[in-house]
Amino acid sequence: MTRLHLSVALDGTGWHPAAWREPGARPADVFKARYWADLVREAERGLLDFVTFEDTLGLQSAAFHLTDDRTDQVRGRLDAVLLAAAIAPLTSHIGLVPTTNVTHTEPFHVASGIASLDFASRGRAGWRPQITSRASDAAHFGRRTTPRLTSEDVLDSELIAKRLRELFGEAREVVEAVRRLWDSWEDDAEIRDAATGRFIDRDKLHYIDFEGEHFSIRGPSITPRPPQGQPLVTVLAHASTPYELAAAGADVVYLTPHSREDTVARLGTLGRALAVVGRPAAEPLKVFADLVVFLDDEPGRAAARKRRLDELDGAEYASDAEIFTGTPGELADLLLDWREVGLDGFRLRPGVLPHDLAAITGGLVPELRRRGVFRSAYEAGTLRGLLGLPRPASRYAPTGATGVTL
Amino acid sequence: MPVKQIHLAAQLPSVQNTTVWSDPRSESQIEFDSFARLARTAERGKFDFFFLSEGLRLREHKGRFHDLDVVGRPDSLTVLSALAAVTTHLGLAATVNSTFNEPYEVARRLATLDHLSEGRSAWNVVTSWDAFTGENFRRGGFLDEADRYTRAAEFLETARELWDSWQPDHVLADAGAGEFLRAGAGEFAHRGRHFDISGRFNTPRPPQGHPVIIQAGDSPQGREFAASDADVIFSKHSNLEDGRAFYKDVKGRLARYGRDPEDLKIIPSVTYVLGDTAEEAAERAVEIGRAQVGPQTALMLMEALWGRDLSGYDPDGPLPDVDPLPDTVVTKGHTEYRKGREAAVRRWRELAETRGLSIREVVIEVTAKPTFVGTPRQVADSINEFVQTDAADGFIFVPHLTPGGLDDLVDRVVPLLQEMGVHREDYTGPTLRDHLGLKPPRTPGAARNATTGRPAKEIS
Repeated sequence: MTRLHLSVALDGTGWHPAAWREPGARPADVFKARYWADLVREAERGLLDFVTFEDTLGLQSAAFHLTDDRTDQVRGRLDAVLLAAAIAPLTSHIGLVPTTNVTHTEPFHVASGIASLDFASRGRAGWRPQITSRASDAAHFGRRTTPRLTSEDVLDSELIAKRLRELFGEAREVVEAVRRLWDSWEDDAEIRDAATGRFIDRDKLHYIDFEGEHFSIRGPSITPRPPQGQPLVTVLAHASTPYELAAAGADVVYLTPHSREDTVARLGTLGRALAVVGRPAAEPLKVFADLVVFLDDEPGRAAARKRRLDELDGAEYASDAEIFTGTPGELADLLLDWREVGLDGFRLRPGVLPHDLAAITGGLVPELRRRGVFRSAYEAGTLRGLLGLPRPASRYAPTGATGVTL
Repeated sequence: MPVKQIHLAAQLPSVQNTTVWSDPRSESQIEFDSFARLARTAERGKFDFFFLSEGLRLREHKGRFHDLDVVGRPDSLTVLSALAAVTTHLGLAATVNSTFNEPYEVARRLATLDHLSEGRSAWNVVTSWDAFTGENFRRGGFLDEADRYTRAAEFLETARELWDSWQPDHVLADAGAGEFLRAGAGEFAHRGRHFDISGRFNTPRPPQGHPVIIQAGDSPQGREFAASDADVIFSKHSNLEDGRAFYKDVKGRLARYGRDPEDLKIIPSVTYVLGDTAEEAAERAVEIGRAQVGPQTALMLMEALWGRDLSGYDPDGPLPDVDPLPDTVVTKGHTEYRKGREAAVRRWRELAETRGLSIREVVIEVTAKPTFVGTPRQVADSINEFVQTDAADGFIFVPHLTPGGLDDLVDRVVPLLQEMGVHREDYTGPTLRDHLGLKPPRTPGAARNATTGRPAKEIS
């Protein structure tokens, strides 16, 4: 049986808003490098493919589209790219996938930042581009206004996608521009030819001349081509327009199905998006499903723990992703059931850190390995390698180019 | 009078012709190991900080990518964040442009580096205004040159407001009481000419309060900006006389901002060559100078200054007698060659005539003359003389080799400075502000207390 890919989404003290109040939580450490290093090293002990780091350009909020002034939940963040970079030298195999905003940031800086993370991690960098439509985020930059979601919109991912169509279109341009910047130096551009005094072969550096609807970039990147050539691009998508963003520009898409049947339906929609953007079959898109997980060995205990946290927070925890409570064995059953319809892997969002991460590495992983669907050693040195993706040639290289087409 | 302590810093040799990439000992300019090795060496020498420069557009000469020097570098803040994991005390200084960034993002990235390094971050605030660099950015090149310092000053003021929007006690993380943060933490509003922003900053106050602020400009506006706002100023004055004049001028500007002379450290950027004897050091300096300025580099730098194609000239022959074209720019992305070119040409010609130098020899003399050349003892004495006679508070050393270029300085000169009692035997505090002996950051808008230098609201 082919192996399952497994990643973990790290955010604060876990995805449940009351997770920070659990006895094992370390809420006072969430702004310290060693807290995150401990978590990522635990994930690496479990031989997971990669971890993702959330990020936003405003404080977290209980509402998707509005700010709040709650003081009883974790608020505040570190920049995810820099956080991932600080962990890179302390780990050796696991992929590091930070989120960056693409609505208010400069694509040129984003490209250089992720390429630099790829150098610092020796080929383990990924990237999750994310849009924002919060008016409060726009006010932090004062440069533009963004379309606003209504309270009706936020209940339906298709309505969100429709309202934010322009932002998703712009995100697609950002991904294209960033990928061109990563390719803008051919791999062998640095020649150090002492005889002619030339450090580079200038013919192997390329303007990208990206002209989009929303911005233009001349290039080339200030940073040479990163070790992976193209760091792993991952996109979280819930509806048609974001599926097209993923289909056009991503190596990995995270879906949020709520059942095996829903997985089938979403894969169907994703398939149509792949056709719409004309993605070649030779460039497969890896499909992951997101799940929020609460895990305990004793049956019923995880559900009781979640209920207790809900009470503490004053509301039942809701998520875009399916919320799983149960034992590691039950979760293994679910993962193997859903994957049959066409998933490559899962991104698990631990409800409580470090508890549910430890249950993944210490319970779920051994269970999956026992069933023969998970690695017993890292088999590659780069993140693309772990996912079985080739290292693409630069699109600007003259011969034998097989670069990713967008 | 007690002796002054010398502040030592190091810069990775990068895209300038100081860097001798053709030397067999020269390793990667981009792999993380090179950065880690240099930073660890600086930390072994108990340096104050490690500094990275920035460029946001690859340089071009006569319409083509400049290919004679090192090309390409990582994003400063990203590589410094990784270095935070492999060092424990060394300050980490990033150059970040205030024209092609926005305050909210830069403030949170610098705050992040300060958290990740537990108080070791610094920001070299630079500005550009050229449309050439702007072609890589959404916002383009729009800034009037006259606006570059007003934007930089307002950018920094805004960043300080963002860092101040969280106080040290705003993160409570009190699970028992169910209070993670103080109500209103991070609230800010800035209404200014360049920035009109408001909301809530989302990164808690950096451990240092504010990162250490570095300024590199030498113009009157640059000096004034440093006097009002910076903790460290880089300068290029690397002879005693110019250094003392600069030192006196800049330190003299501090009082009008209610600051004391020791609130701003003057740290020129310098190069050095060591030898077992003075003669050996001098010979090595000649060799290194010739490696830094090859025949092609000599012609390129001359063309940059003259603003015209001079490829027909013999680099080992005399300077061209054609006149420079002062309004033509043949080298883009090279800040040194934008202004004052006519005066520089006059200086080059004078040098060539009085000393009978060839093109290449003039270029070596002007661009590749090491600041300190001699035995470790001679260099240690020179460094100390500069500092004790108020020509500088310390130096940022730019070695010519990556990554081993600092080894001889740290192994042979630093112990002498330690023996002389002018450089620390070990770090005495965890933060860069501790290393530099700086007061806690000032809070803009708060009245300053004349005796302590601390914002009045902190002591009331």
